[in-house]
Amino acid sequence: MSIIDIDHTSRWFGNVVAVNDVTMRIGPGVTGLLGPNGAGKSTLINMMGGFLAPSTGSVTLDGAPIWRNEQVYTKIGVVPERESMYDFLTGREFVVANAELHGLDERAAQRALATVEMEYAQDRKIATYSKGMRQRVKMASALVHDPSVLLLDEPFNGMDPRQRMQLMDLLRRMGDEGRTVLFSSHILEEVEQLASHIEVIVAGRHAASGDYRKIRRLMTDRPHRYLVRSSDDRALAAALIADPSTAGIEVDRAEGALRIQAVDFGRFTELLPQVARSHGIRLLTVSPSDESLESVFSYLVAA
Amino acid sequence: MYNPTVARLTYRALLGRRRALILFALPALLVLIAVAVRALTGVDDKVAADLLGGFALATMVPLIGVIAGTGAIGPEIDDGSIVYLLSKPVKRPTIIMTKLIVAIAVTMVFSAVPTLIAGFILNGNGQQIAIAYTVAALVASIAYSALFLLLGTVSRHAVVFGLVYALVWESLFGSLVEGAKTLSVQQWALALAEKISGEDTVSSAVSLPTAGILLAVVTVAATAYAGQKLRRLTLAGEE
Ligand SMILES: Nc1ncnc2c1ncn2[C@@H]1O[C@H](COP(=O)(O)OP(=O)(O)O)[C@@H](O)[C@H]1O
Ligand SMILES: [Mg+2]
Repeated sequence: MSIIDIDHTSRWFGNVVAVNDVTMRIGPGVTGLLGPNGAGKSTLINMMGGFLAPSTGSVTLDGAPIWRNEQVYTKIGVVPERESMYDFLTGREFVVANAELHGLDERAAQRALATVEMEYAQDRKIATYSKGMRQRVKMASALVHDPSVLLLDEPFNGMDPRQRMQLMDLLRRMGDEGRTVLFSSHILEEVEQLASHIEVIVAGRHAASGDYRKIRRLMTDRPHRYLVRSSDDRALAAALIADPSTAGIEVDRAEGALRIQAVDFGRFTELLPQVARSHGIRLLTVSPSDESLESVFSYLVAA
Repeated sequence: MYNPTVARLTYRALLGRRRALILFALPALLVLIAVAVRALTGVDDKVAADLLGGFALATMVPLIGVIAGTGAIGPEIDDGSIVYLLSKPVKRPTIIMTKLIVAIAVTMVFSAVPTLIAGFILNGNGQQIAIAYTVAALVASIAYSALFLLLGTVSRHAVVFGLVYALVWESLFGSLVEGAKTLSVQQWALALAEKISGEDTVSSAVSLPTAGILLAVVTVAATAYAGQKLRRLTLAGEE
């Protein structure tokens, strides 16, 4: 059982603040680190993996600082985001080398290759591997020493659905065994499916924390907002406001558009085209102004 | 201070890359020239010394040093695969020391051995010229490897800087400007060659004790600094 403690930790690059005063504790089980691109997930994981020093604050594993402490790697397994590996090696040679660097032998490597079901391709050069195969060999290299902590940065990127399922099963199993598994993702569904606990990070700040039900509630129990442009905004506004599914309409002169808040999402999406047709109004733009993760998250931060 | 797994990975990476072709091409070129010169001019100590000094030691050894020294670590840092070494309970100075040893060994094999062969072809080791330059190449291999390994650790453009140093400083500047000669690995190596062969055929701008001290200081300091750099190396995310 291992615990990673992040205590009032910030990290900046020049004057970019990548991680801003984050405090969180990652314990056994599967934790998902959720946030849009550029939120600071990789920076946070790199600090937990000992590849980056915190600018302020501390990052510790079971009380021991992680930065500049090679001994933490007896407990931590790292699956990096980047693709580069020793492409000139075969999968087996690569995993065996990783085992040796832990002072282990070929048997540990074989066990790890079996865990990720890569034995069938272990004698092929890594250069010939698909993205999913690379991911699994990376996984095997992180598992050779049976670590109690597993850190994965965007592990599902570029995987097909079947590979994704397999990796999810594996990580779930690791979590059930009492390991501390942390993975990052910018896709809500991915995190929901796998993580028993979710940490949300937005613009470097720790925005929310909880199980998926709590996070989902934070994200969905709120009005949906749309940005609409049409051939006659005023007439459209007047027609829409009469329906109870519309909670509020604002005319945004600067944008030349309507900002509409809908309470009944399903009903509104049917209503809008009907109303436009019956009034002879042409719809030019209909975009959910907060359906993108960025605005979902900025909503979360404000909450 | 030596990890056989790190050594194996380093050496396979070095010899497996396209750049490694230069490691074979330059020595082949040297031997080829030696054969041609011997055939055309016969045995001539002066010609032998000029070729070994002007091409082998002044150009080939530093170039091979650049390939081996920067290649032992630079690409791994650039593409991020060094993370697989750094995420292990292995001391970072051990990683650097191991890579240094591999770089030295590769530089020695690909520069000193062909120098010896070329020397014997040129004048059958007359006046100890072949041995003298071989020893010089061995000694220079150590310092070049340490310097270029450090360069590979601190800069993304290690190869370019290395080439500029090897070709401009060591080959051109070093042979033209007096002051530069004191700070030239080539001259330090020549100081040893001079002792072996005698001043008539080989001459160095630096005395042997000075050369020995500078060589040791540069090698140790570069390696220690590279070890420090690696301990502090941060792996940023993809840009
Ligand atoms: N090495 C770096 N130098 C400068 N800025 C960086 C560096 N690494 C990350 N950043 C910046 O820090 C912020 C967070 O980046 P990152 O942690 O990679 O986010 P995420 O992984 O969530 O996409 C971004 O604004 C990014 O541009
Ligand atoms: Mg990232």
